[in-house]
Amino acid sequence: MRNLGWLRVPFIFTYAFLYIPIAVLVVMSFNASKSPFVWTGFSTQWYTALFNNELIRQGFINTMIVAVGATILATILGTLLAIGVSRYFRSAIVEAYSLAPAIIPDLVLAIGLLAFFALVGVTLSLFSVLLAHVVFGMAFVAAVVIARIGQTDSSLEEASRDLGAGVVTTFRKITLPSLAPAIIAGALLVFTLSLDEFVIAYFTNGPTTPTLPIVIYSMVRFGVTPEINALAALLLLVSFTIVISAQRITRLTDAV
Amino acid sequence: MTLDSTNAPLLRVSSVSKAYGDVVALDDVNIEIQQNEFFALLGPSGCGKTTLLRSIAGFEDPDAGAITILGAGSGAGEGEQIDLLSLPPNKRPVNLMFQSYALFPHMNVRKNIAYGLEREGLGKDEIAERVNEVLITTGLTDKADVRPAQLSGGQRQRVALARAIVKRPRLLLLDEPLSALDRKVRAEMQIELKRLQHEVGITFVVVTHDQEEAMSMADRIAVMHEGRVQQIADPVTLYSQPANVFVADFIGTGSLLRGIVANAVLLLRPESVHISADLAGAQLQGEVVETHFFGGSSTTSVRVAEMETLIVASHPGAPKFAVGERVGISWNADDAILLEDQP
Amino acid sequence: MSASTTQSGRGAARRRALTGRAIFAGPGLLYITLFMTIPVLLVLVYSFFQRGRFGGIVWEFTLENYVRAFEPVYLNVLSNSLVIAGTTTVFALVIGYPTAYAITRLPKRWRTVALVLVVLPFWTNFLIRTYAWIVLLNSEGPINSSLVDAGIISAPIGLLYTPGAVIVGLVYAYLPLVILPVYASIERLDRQLIEAASNLGASRVRAFFDVTLPLTLPGVMIGAIFVFVPSLGNFVVPELLGGGKTVMVGNLIRDQFLEARDWPFGAVLALFVISLLVILFAIQAAISRRINGTGKRYAAKQVTHA
Repeated sequence: MRNLGWLRVPFIFTYAFLYIPIAVLVVMSFNASKSPFVWTGFSTQWYTALFNNELIRQGFINTMIVAVGATILATILGTLLAIGVSRYFRSAIVEAYSLAPAIIPDLVLAIGLLAFFALVGVTLSLFSVLLAHVVFGMAFVAAVVIARIGQTDSSLEEASRDLGAGVVTTFRKITLPSLAPAIIAGALLVFTLSLDEFVIAYFTNGPTTPTLPIVIYSMVRFGVTPEINALAALLLLVSFTIVISAQRITRLTDAV
Repeated sequence: MTLDSTNAPLLRVSSVSKAYGDVVALDDVNIEIQQNEFFALLGPSGCGKTTLLRSIAGFEDPDAGAITILGAGSGAGEGEQIDLLSLPPNKRPVNLMFQSYALFPHMNVRKNIAYGLEREGLGKDEIAERVNEVLITTGLTDKADVRPAQLSGGQRQRVALARAIVKRPRLLLLDEPLSALDRKVRAEMQIELKRLQHEVGITFVVVTHDQEEAMSMADRIAVMHEGRVQQIADPVTLYSQPANVFVADFIGTGSLLRGIVANAVLLLRPESVHISADLAGAQLQGEVVETHFFGGSSTTSVRVAEMETLIVASHPGAPKFAVGERVGISWNADDAILLEDQP
Repeated sequence: MSASTTQSGRGAARRRALTGRAIFAGPGLLYITLFMTIPVLLVLVYSFFQRGRFGGIVWEFTLENYVRAFEPVYLNVLSNSLVIAGTTTVFALVIGYPTAYAITRLPKRWRTVALVLVVLPFWTNFLIRTYAWIVLLNSEGPINSSLVDAGIISAPIGLLYTPGAVIVGLVYAYLPLVILPVYASIERLDRQLIEAASNLGASRVRAFFDVTLPLTLPGVMIGAIFVFVPSLGNFVVPELLGGGKTVMVGNLIRDQFLEARDWPFGAVLALFVISLLVILFAIQAAISRRINGTGKRYAAKQVTHA
């Protein structure tokens, strides 16, 4: 910090800009007032109210169904894809194609999937949201795992094959363990992404099974209540925990 | 202190020290470099030579000491010593050729070379003229419009050199100028560097870890070790009169023998050692353990009982003794170099 | 004899590679094709057909959807979106570039911490991050009340539901996406190049504009694309922070698909966003090639020298 010179100004500004809004939300979640904006005193009543809100509880259950399902599928497909791309293709184009779902604007993917599901006759439900979340989730897992493969030594696998282990044994005993941290980190990321994802879920969900972000959207849109502050604080806590653990498992910042 | 101004050194490094935490990079370094000299800073990696070079260029700040350069005074030798350390790197009359060359990849050769002149605010015509001149000197005229990425290692090295000398600095610093080149190009560039230095009349300070490189190019060499200057001398003196055991060991080859002279180390260069079958008349006796034949000459390594180091002798022609033979070793007292034993 | 063995050996290696591709990459690539490529191509196809009465599509070819995009109402929205997304991008770069630069100058272990702190908000719920600005900018919110308390303003001012609020919300949403690629490009930059400029007489400012900025331009472009394109397609921020007064392409697309039920026209608008993405990436690639000369050869040489 000391030798940053005048760069300290934008540096401090950025972190203040990023974290003050979040801090204000967390503080406001302990507000006694009925208004979500004006501080009157300390209270945990909104957390209690939150747990008694049937809409939020149902939304949370729906979100967990999608997030768990999408995480499992995306992690398996993404890991295999990463190995296939880095070990058997070694082509920049195939790699770019594998990562494209993470880069394509979510709105474009959302309307495309809406049109596609309508065309092939998939009824919009939690299942269609899950299918959609797997696409971009898989790309994120692949990105993290590809970065990890780039750092590991392929001669380990060749040595294993050379010593007589078959493809499957090599995969199980050598490849998978060395990639495990990246796979776990990737899975954690897909889980948070799916948990928080709004746009694609909004387009590909059925009318009777809103996920948590959809519930939040309609709450924010049609009248704000302090319960949202409490919900926001909890969701922030969950995301922060998951991302920080993922970072501790593998150096995520290398992949992005 | 009075100094004859005609002999005033171009660069004076006085009592310069620098430490990074507990690691001492420079320890009370004193060096004076004369005008038009080809000077080498020689030492193993980590000896402080690069730190010294970067301190002169302004990319490191010494903790103590002074570095001054003789001003380009107009009167007859009336230059004053300018305090370099008070100047930012871009205001120092010193140019540096980086080990990685640090060519700007987004500029072609001509623009790379012109960059320093543009910063001086010279007119377009003058810049073009001086760039063309230096392109000819370095033989790069037909590469002027090419990007660094399309050049070979040797060509890039020449662009880096051209970019530095076009500024006509009083002092040119070269950081391991030949280390990135393969052996054949390196030999050519050694001669080229020497020729250029002569031609442009700029004082060169080369940092290198390669003693052969330093010995073959430099007028004088400062041997550095662990942040300290061990000896400053011309190549012949360094070889024949090393100041201490480190210099003796680092420069050339030779056998350092303890226990022959009390409290001193005896240095025998291979060419001063004579071996013969005459055991009685010899100063030492030993057994041949190794011979090497290099075409024109040979070396014979002899183990003397109760001595840790082998004594190596070189002589013209094929090896005269076989491995296992007992031989006598002798030398002229004048050729043996006595050094103080260091712990 | 030996020729045939090497040939069969090569054939076996080839078969193994193909099997590996099919087993490992096959399912994923198939999935991406089915659930990304085909849907996006479908959007392209739909743009050439007529709308169905209750959404969906009538299979009659037409270019009318494209013509319609040039109507003044829509051109207005398009240009308005470009201005807002462009302003957002400029602000994000002006804040993000020096921040990224500052991070590269931190001691190594603090760099990781600083980067994680940049990414962290990005991985949290986007709606909640937008909602935070409703709380902050509200007429009863902390910014207004502290301004009133400090006596700077006498009564709360309307910060929320303005284009400014939309820009703040978008910068907030995408700032991390600028900082990361810019950080990576500054980190990769050979510091000796800056020292070389300085050694040749360039001041620090001069060296920045002559060397650092041009060489980090590819990273800057990536960051700019990552802000600009999602900003165009964002409909939540204009709606929640702009109060519906600022209409962007994203809002228009959402409305065509979910309210007006005019999918073909919505498809045309979405294609506008995708084409911009593709064009900008092409420009980025061209700039990146230009700056590195013939990049690949240089990279290969650097490796052999190292």
